[in-house]
Amino acid sequence: MGVDRRKFLKLAGVSAALGLGGATGFQLLRPGALDAAERMPTPYQMVFPKEHGAAEIMPNPKRLQGRRWGMVVDMRKLTPASARAAIEACNYYHNVPQIPGKQNIKWIWTAPYVNVFPETENPWADPDIKNAQFIVMCNHCDNPPCVRVCPTKATFQREDGIVMMDMHRCIGCRFCMAGCPYGSRSFNFRDPRPFIKKEYPDYPTRTRGVVEKCNFCAERLAVGKLPACAEASGGAMVFGDVDDAGSELRQLLRKRYSIRRKPNLGTSPQVYYLV
Amino acid sequence: MLEKALSGSKLYWTWLIGLLIVIAAGFGAYLVQYNKGLMITGMSRDVSWGFYIAQFTFLVGVAASAVMLVLPYYLHHYKTFGRITILGEFLAISAVIMCSLFIVVDLGKPSRILNVMLHPTPNSVLFWDMVVLNGYLIINILAGWVTLEAERKNVPPPGWIKFVIYLSIPWAVSIHTVTAFLYAGLPGRGFWLTAIMAPRFLASAFAAGPAVLILLGYLVKKLTRFDPGREAFETLAKIVCYAIILHIFFFLLEVFTVAYSAIPSHTSHLAYLYFGLHGHNMLVPWVWTAMGCGITAIILLVNPRTRQNPIILPIACVLVFVCTWIDKGMAMIAGGFVPNPLHEITEYAPTALELMITLGVYATGILVLTILYKVAIGVKQEEEAV
Repeated sequence: MGVDRRKFLKLAGVSAALGLGGATGFQLLRPGALDAAERMPTPYQMVFPKEHGAAEIMPNPKRLQGRRWGMVVDMRKLTPASARAAIEACNYYHNVPQIPGKQNIKWIWTAPYVNVFPETENPWADPDIKNAQFIVMCNHCDNPPCVRVCPTKATFQREDGIVMMDMHRCIGCRFCMAGCPYGSRSFNFRDPRPFIKKEYPDYPTRTRGVVEKCNFCAERLAVGKLPACAEASGGAMVFGDVDDAGSELRQLLRKRYSIRRKPNLGTSPQVYYLV
Repeated sequence: MLEKALSGSKLYWTWLIGLLIVIAAGFGAYLVQYNKGLMITGMSRDVSWGFYIAQFTFLVGVAASAVMLVLPYYLHHYKTFGRITILGEFLAISAVIMCSLFIVVDLGKPSRILNVMLHPTPNSVLFWDMVVLNGYLIINILAGWVTLEAERKNVPPPGWIKFVIYLSIPWAVSIHTVTAFLYAGLPGRGFWLTAIMAPRFLASAFAAGPAVLILLGYLVKKLTRFDPGREAFETLAKIVCYAIILHIFFFLLEVFTVAYSAIPSHTSHLAYLYFGLHGHNMLVPWVWTAMGCGITAIILLVNPRTRQNPIILPIACVLVFVCTWIDKGMAMIAGGFVPNPLHEITEYAPTALELMITLGVYATGILVLTILYKVAIGVKQEEEAV
């Protein structure tokens, strides 16, 4: 981010002198605060934009903005091929390692109805639904248990609802993995780098000992791109603002019947399945 | 007082050296884990906590059980426990040290452990567990050491230590309650989602801890001629008896709620543990062994004649230990993760390296315990010789 130690101390010192204290320098160190800082330059940055890095963190004018991001998976449009394309796009753009065995890493994958929606069994349901492979990923819950249990705030929720990981703060206690009721989190049991097929240079690889998961492509939204899976899914996955009644996502949810994973747990998942 | 640990018999030194060898082997195994990551364990994406966290949970109980001596002695002036309360407090110290070590060896990024304090997060139960465990360690070091020192100098202990000792009583309950809350507050884990988790943990702790103390008491008596006294053993045995009955009773309450309500996300875990699920039954022999040990121990402990028998009592204590150790040290954690949130089954078994690291941590705790007991018994015998 270009806020090096010297710059930070200077910024903090001057802002303290100006009586701006907590509203400036320290905010930059808080996880998730960068976006808030992007939206709203501090008074100090407005006065001295060039000298103190404000220009570097000016938001990208093309970025996608939403009040509450969500995803719709249209099971009528999702085919094995489009699901595979979505998964492969995600794996590529996030350097998700392909580790064989039970210590694997998964951001987005497919599973049959009975596993995705346990305890909603209906033996006589439409076999097309029952036998379908559903796309599963982090639900970016409104009320995420993983954020509740994390002892270091390494996993946190942004104002736009995205549940994110700070890989540099995670201590690898895996409490979030016990907390997640959807099995959406993976732990780097080993160095993941040798298992990345083709490294994508614009997204960081991870180190062993930290937990990771889907981030709703926060890094792509920041430059005006849709999530990689939605882009590659051929229209089967629709990403949008749940809070915007006019969004395509909301129109789909209005017109078609949708279900969510384990809604009885009160987590309010933001991935909706049109069945 | 520590100088008492510096002189001892040949057996004492051989024992210490033996422990140091096991610690070195465990540390070597840990270096492999440190360099390769937790891939060397049997843990997986589905069973993301294993042997380390299970031992941690079991030992929090052993630590909390010191209250079973402190409470009768200090609150009810039950003088019989005067000679052994210090043994309970020192057992708590070594148990908490092992707990902390098990947390450290379980972390993916141990070098970042201070993040828990640098970014305190009150909404995380793990944060509170760190607070209460460290607090309990300090409380027991103070309570044990200060009273022992006063005893040695033949002066009454300072008045302020009473406050610390009284504080240790609710604090002991808190450490195991908070540890139960680590599990009991997670929405998607039916096996752990039960309000009786903390009472269950406390009951098994108050069975396991005093059982260990009785065994240690016999050992101390044999090795040092320091006699905790017949009555102390008998009272401890009664405590173990009540607690192990409660432990089994609480488990049966759990079974009723789970089985009669018949909600699959709750029944599947118990079914996996006790009967196996879809052909996966790795833990079945273990949990039935635990059940058999527990029930045999109850029979031996309820009957006064077998309970008071100096040969049968230690056997019953070993059975109680095996029962509670399998329950918490193996079944409780793995059982919660199998089946996983998608109702898929991945089983867990620890690897040899994982067991070696576990042994190393236990050896470290036993080393601390040996030194502390050496000091405590040295002081007690010196005082009796005068």
